[in-house]
Amino acid sequence: MTEDSKFHHGDPAATVAPIVEMKNIEKHFGNIIALAGVSFEVRPGECHCLLGDNGAGKSTFIKTMSGVHRPTKGEILFEGRHMNFASPRDAMEAGIATVFQDLAMIPLMSVTRNFFMGREPTKGSGPFKRMDVERMNAVTMEEMRRMGIALRAPDQAVGTLSGGERQTVAIARAVYFGAKVLILDEPTSALGVRQTSNVLATIDKVRKQGVGVVFISHNVRHALAVGDRFTVLNRGKTLGTARRGEITPEELQDLMAGGQELAQLEGSLGGTV
Amino acid sequence: MSDSMPQPAADERLKTESFGARLMKRPELGAIAGVILVTIFFLVTADPAMFTLSGVINFMTPAAQLGILAIGAAMLMIGGEFDLSIGSMVAFAGLFFGAATVTFGLPLIVAIPATFLFAALVGSLNGFIVIRSGLPSFIVTLAFLFILRGLSLVGLKLATGGSTQLRGVRDAVEGDPLASFFSGDAFGGVFAWLAERGLVETFRNGAPKVPGIPVEIIWFVIIAALATWVLLRTPVGNWIFAAGGDANAATNSGVPVRKVKVGLFMVTASCAALVAIITVMDAGSTDARRGFMKEFEAIIAAVIGGCLLTGGYGSAIGAFFGAIIFGMVVIGLTYTDFDQDWFQVFLGGMLLLAVLFNNAIRKRVTGER
Ligand SMILES: Nc1ncnc2c1ncn2[C@@H]1O[C@H](COP(=O)(O)OP(=O)(O)OP(=O)(O)O)[C@@H](O)[C@H]1O
Ligand SMILES: [Mg+2]
Repeated sequence: MTEDSKFHHGDPAATVAPIVEMKNIEKHFGNIIALAGVSFEVRPGECHCLLGDNGAGKSTFIKTMSGVHRPTKGEILFEGRHMNFASPRDAMEAGIATVFQDLAMIPLMSVTRNFFMGREPTKGSGPFKRMDVERMNAVTMEEMRRMGIALRAPDQAVGTLSGGERQTVAIARAVYFGAKVLILDEPTSALGVRQTSNVLATIDKVRKQGVGVVFISHNVRHALAVGDRFTVLNRGKTLGTARRGEITPEELQDLMAGGQELAQLEGSLGGTV
Repeated sequence: MSDSMPQPAADERLKTESFGARLMKRPELGAIAGVILVTIFFLVTADPAMFTLSGVINFMTPAAQLGILAIGAAMLMIGGEFDLSIGSMVAFAGLFFGAATVTFGLPLIVAIPATFLFAALVGSLNGFIVIRSGLPSFIVTLAFLFILRGLSLVGLKLATGGSTQLRGVRDAVEGDPLASFFSGDAFGGVFAWLAERGLVETFRNGAPKVPGIPVEIIWFVIIAALATWVLLRTPVGNWIFAAGGDANAATNSGVPVRKVKVGLFMVTASCAALVAIITVMDAGSTDARRGFMKEFEAIIAAVIGGCLLTGGYGSAIGAFFGAIIFGMVVIGLTYTDFDQDWFQVFLGGMLLLAVLFNNAIRKRVTGER
């Protein structure tokens, strides 16, 4: 199955030290145990896929990685040092950018204002320091064009974009700011065929630049197309991590479904799942 | 859109937008239209004296006092919160300022910064409680509406030995070099010069009928300009819109939402302190009823100015014009034969119209229908 991928997979040098290392992360929401001890790491230049059923805890896990949640237990190492992100802003400053499942966009604000939200470029100094609006608009249009979407105007409100266009803004924003780690939580769920290949190609590109990518998807083909390693979560625990080539698509698919047999279903659907 | 950008080709799915349609998307449009309508109304019904220079100053003075509050309230509303305690804050800050100057005899250079600091502290207390508890700011600041009003009454009685009015501020600040920034009229020289040349109306003795521009109008204009600049051109402005639009999404995108909101509560309280200082120095005394009901008027002006009650949308310029509408109606009715009490009817009507209008605008902007 690995040979059908159009992307080149260098060995994500197992010797390279991980950028982010999460050890035995637990996260409880009141009496709900969302994560019950998950360990995970991303190395520079690799795409590590995080897979699993609905409610497995994938989003919760990446949110602890990007500073949204504080882990109840466990430790986070960033570039070998202990890290305790107090807010997503801290994580962003460290070079971690995230596309959240809910996208974290403000519908009433323009595409440009959303794109640079929280990290607006400025010009001028002292009391005349102001946002560099022209540059912001130009960058937004250019980054969106690269993702295969021709925006009508950068001052268009995000609320008026289509679901896929909105998702693309979130991805373009994270790619633009993800200096060291790029986390994508189901980034292709609303995308068209062309935009999906664009996103997969972008993942491949930033990986080659040495960025560590965490990619969450429910689509085995998308995961296999770009993934170097695959970690499967089930009910708040890891079922294990596999390198590419060590696992067949069928095995992966079974694991993603929580280890339950999909064979029966697949049979009745003619093997199209 | 800047035209310095390379445009690949005109988008065939983009209809050219008429000037009118573009204008419709501006949050302050409603307020500007309102000013025009109200002006026409009074041009027809009121004594022409209303639109002479002294008439304009006459309605701009209360408009400015309300407007300073309304701009603060508008910024806070854009940031997604309310402050119902600003009216009481005017009384409370007035008491603090009065006590500082009269009871303790402090010079303005100490008393004014101290008043601002004190107000900002109370504002940040409001903010912290809202942020920490996650309660709606409506209810938290409603509590402070009563707490601050009550404290003003009690404090005034303590400071004066039983009265609810503290007098003697004018004597206390007499001759203070800072006084001219917070009371009286600005540009007196210019008006005297104009009067000499007969360019403005004068009294018999040659003194101009309008001795200058009241300082609150100057403050009003400066604050409106500053707020507009912050909202539209600075990162903090972007954060204010984001915090009000969706606090969760904003936090996740790296916006320091808590700091922004607490800061905004401090700004509204400081606006109340400024109004307190100006009006107390003007009147020469402070009393417990100062700023009564101003919180509602300020919020109404902000809503007329295009602020959405749900946050994330609005403008300072809108609140500026919203406050002017207010001033025109309050003072304008005295120039007409109408009963003064129509004011309240007018106010409610304007509010209702503004909310309906804003709702339609929001749907346009977000594309929902
Ligand atoms: N803030 C919260 N409070 C309480 N429970 C939560 C919270 N966030 C997540 N959970 C619970 O934790 C579990 C894991 O949720 P999570 O969103 O991480 O799943 P997921 O793997 O991302 O699923 P999906 O594939 O559907 O996106 C769910 O059972 C969810 O109900
Ligand atoms: Mg999820």
